[in-house]
Amino acid sequence: MSAAEFAAGGQADARDIEVEAKAIFGFWVYLMTDCVLFAGLFATYAVLRDNTFGGPAGYQIFNMPEVLVETLVLLMSSFTCGLGVLAARGNRKAQVLGWFAATFVLGLVFLSIEVTDFHSLVTHGSSWTRSGFLSAYFTLVGTHGLHITIGLLWMAVLAVRIRKTGLTRGNVRRLTLLSLFWHFLDLVWIFIFTIVYLMGAARV
Amino acid sequence: MIIANEITGRLTWGAFLHALITEGAVVGMALALLALAALVTYKRRWRWLWTEWLTTVDPKKLGVMYILVAITMLVRSGADVLLMRLQQATSVGSSQGVIPTSMFQQLFSAHGTIMIFFVAMGLMFGIINLVLPLQIGSRDVAFPFLNATSFWLFAAGMALVNVSLGIGQFSAAGWLAYPPLSELQYSPGVGVSYWIWSLQIAGIGSLLAAVNFFVTILRMRCPGMTLMKMPMFAWSVLCSMFLAMFAFPILTVTLALLFLDRAIGTHFFTGGGGGNMMMYVNLIWAWGHPEVYILVLPAFGIYSEVVATFSRKPLFGYASMVAALVAITILAFSVWVHHFFTMGAGADVNGFFGIMTMIIAVPTGVKIFNWLATMFRGRIKFATPMYWFMGFVGLFTIGGVAGVMLAMPAIDFQLHNSLFLVAHFHTMLVSGVLFGDFAGLIYWFPKVCGFRLNERLLKYSFWCWFIGFIVVFVPLYILGFMGATRRLDHYAASTGWQPLFIISGLGSLIIAAGLALLILQVGVSIRQRATTRDVDGDPWNGRTLEWTTTSPPPVYNFATIPVVHGRDPFWAAKQEDAAPPETRAFGDIHMPKNTPVGMFVGGFAFVVGFTLIWHIYWLTILAVLGILITAAIRTTSTDESEYTIRAAEVARLESSRQGVLV
Repeated sequence: MSAAEFAAGGQADARDIEVEAKAIFGFWVYLMTDCVLFAGLFATYAVLRDNTFGGPAGYQIFNMPEVLVETLVLLMSSFTCGLGVLAARGNRKAQVLGWFAATFVLGLVFLSIEVTDFHSLVTHGSSWTRSGFLSAYFTLVGTHGLHITIGLLWMAVLAVRIRKTGLTRGNVRRLTLLSLFWHFLDLVWIFIFTIVYLMGAARV
Repeated sequence: MIIANEITGRLTWGAFLHALITEGAVVGMALALLALAALVTYKRRWRWLWTEWLTTVDPKKLGVMYILVAITMLVRSGADVLLMRLQQATSVGSSQGVIPTSMFQQLFSAHGTIMIFFVAMGLMFGIINLVLPLQIGSRDVAFPFLNATSFWLFAAGMALVNVSLGIGQFSAAGWLAYPPLSELQYSPGVGVSYWIWSLQIAGIGSLLAAVNFFVTILRMRCPGMTLMKMPMFAWSVLCSMFLAMFAFPILTVTLALLFLDRAIGTHFFTGGGGGNMMMYVNLIWAWGHPEVYILVLPAFGIYSEVVATFSRKPLFGYASMVAALVAITILAFSVWVHHFFTMGAGADVNGFFGIMTMIIAVPTGVKIFNWLATMFRGRIKFATPMYWFMGFVGLFTIGGVAGVMLAMPAIDFQLHNSLFLVAHFHTMLVSGVLFGDFAGLIYWFPKVCGFRLNERLLKYSFWCWFIGFIVVFVPLYILGFMGATRRLDHYAASTGWQPLFIISGLGSLIIAAGLALLILQVGVSIRQRATTRDVDGDPWNGRTLEWTTTSPPPVYNFATIPVVHGRDPFWAAKQEDAAPPETRAFGDIHMPKNTPVGMFVGGFAFVVGFTLIWHIYWLTILAVLGILITAAIRTTSTDESEYTIRAAEVARLESSRQGVLV
């Protein structure tokens, strides 16, 4: 089915709908397994949180204003991602590419703040080898960052595909999956923000 | 002193040098592979191998490949067992036995790892691939390409374990590699790294397969097949895959953290630096205990099909069977601490987990009684799958009772890490999982290959396994009570244990004969296939949808998707003796195209694992890029990933099979 037909609300054949339903349901299921993966990392962090081994505790190293900026940037990117999917539903290709370009840039900003932050921690002697707490901190936050990186790569590849082949049904499906992934990462970040940063910034 | 350089990392010529017996095994394996390659070349079958097998996305073929890998690994790990039994029978007093301690440690570590990950998981996913889509009246799985990728990740993990035999060494830290022993400080070699990466890669494959089959069952059942009308095997797979989806991410995390400890100096499980070893033990068993049920639930499903078919009765207590499966699924996540009662969690915690462990025996008991009630007043046909079932019921009940004993923390303090424990879990896994998978293989073999296996030789094989099993493990139960611990490569003559170890060793020879018979009879069966050909696709008077299509089924399984109205739809149709259903018009069938991409991903994953083990990081980066680029090409290519079999072509194919259909 061409994009024009899709926009005109043409009858999609049952097979397309089935493929779509399977893909979206399957991706949800995959996201739940990823959620278990993060749950494992959160549990690890909870166990090792106070094992600072003479090294710095959370409140001594967390730069809260920066974390707030990171959070806002990521939330913003989720918003632009949502607008991009809305534009895809309305078959407005230029807008889709525009919103996803914005999402990509915001994601990149988030990632660069995180990497800079990690870099400064390591250069000030608070690397993952310092203590159990820092190992768990870097791994949990870093795994989220790795997911963001994969999301950015996926976004770039999909943008190329959409430029080449337009807003086909398959491409809209892929965009939907990507946006699910992106919103999921946003949600995980909210937990990181709360459990790692907000709860860690309080001087116990 | 570890010398690393930029090009080959820590890989040096020394890594290739081993004891004579290991080199013998390596040379043997290499020669077997070469012989296989020569045979394929001689028969000019490379193209066939590529197009029909290596690039396939057909679950029926992937299932066969899973099973071939698993049986090969069963033979390899069986050889390991013989060496271990020989060592324990001879290494007493002044005699040091036949193999050095370091090798013995690698053997028991490899035995557990291979048997769980590459035999039991391989047989399970093999049978699921072969049977599940057919049983739910589907043409395929939800994500065929992902399914092939899962297989190739499984194969990559398997390859890593076996490469460790020839290059470097395998882990000597036991099948679950507890820290601090598995940390870099105490296991500085590559062994634990091999263990981590073979499991990590195979585990990700299993996780993806679990997602795939979960979605397949929930979205691709044929019209009319509500959840409560599914065959019991499909139910068991649904529960098992659900468990796998929750358990395997925990394994992924645990292995990753152990790797980080070893590779970049984090402190998750280290003794110093603020690490916590107990966290590892908790995490690994939060995966490990559900894993036991992941393996055994599909075997329960197989037994349910076998018992109902050969008793010619509907399964007794269908709803209670489902309830028992679901109860086990939920409880499976609340018993993990019983693996380490002795580690000092305190009486209250131990008490809770002890009670939960006893409770999980209840739904399992419900299943046993349901199977027996299914047989009650049935017209039982003692075909070989029933033999395995009967053997299972006896052994599994004994092992289960031993398990309830171990569930009491006070008793566990006496028996922890003893051979009693070893005997207990082997009883559960061999009779529960392995016997079940054998029953399934024999039961569905005609569906896959179009002819039955040799019943007489299979019965001989069964008796070897059953008697051999008792001869091996009854002495181990007794030895456990006498205080013999697991993983023992040497003991004093004054213990008086040697006669029992010798009996156990002899038993392992009986099992080896059983395994040899099991494999060799396939050759005999192939020679005799003219007499055992399955002409109507229903060799056992079956009850479920897989028996309604031909043996072997066409690539699309069913020319027209069946519609069902109740449980055991095929049995019901045969009882009504209705006229053959009116031939519905054939439609176009869409099937996925073959693709080598899954194999490429598996190959790159192997390289990633191997290079991380040997610190050849430049190649790791290239291989990761390889996976990313392959994935990008796959998702951006505009080629159709499906092809269409036109209705007319389906009609032609079906009429050419007409002779066998009627």
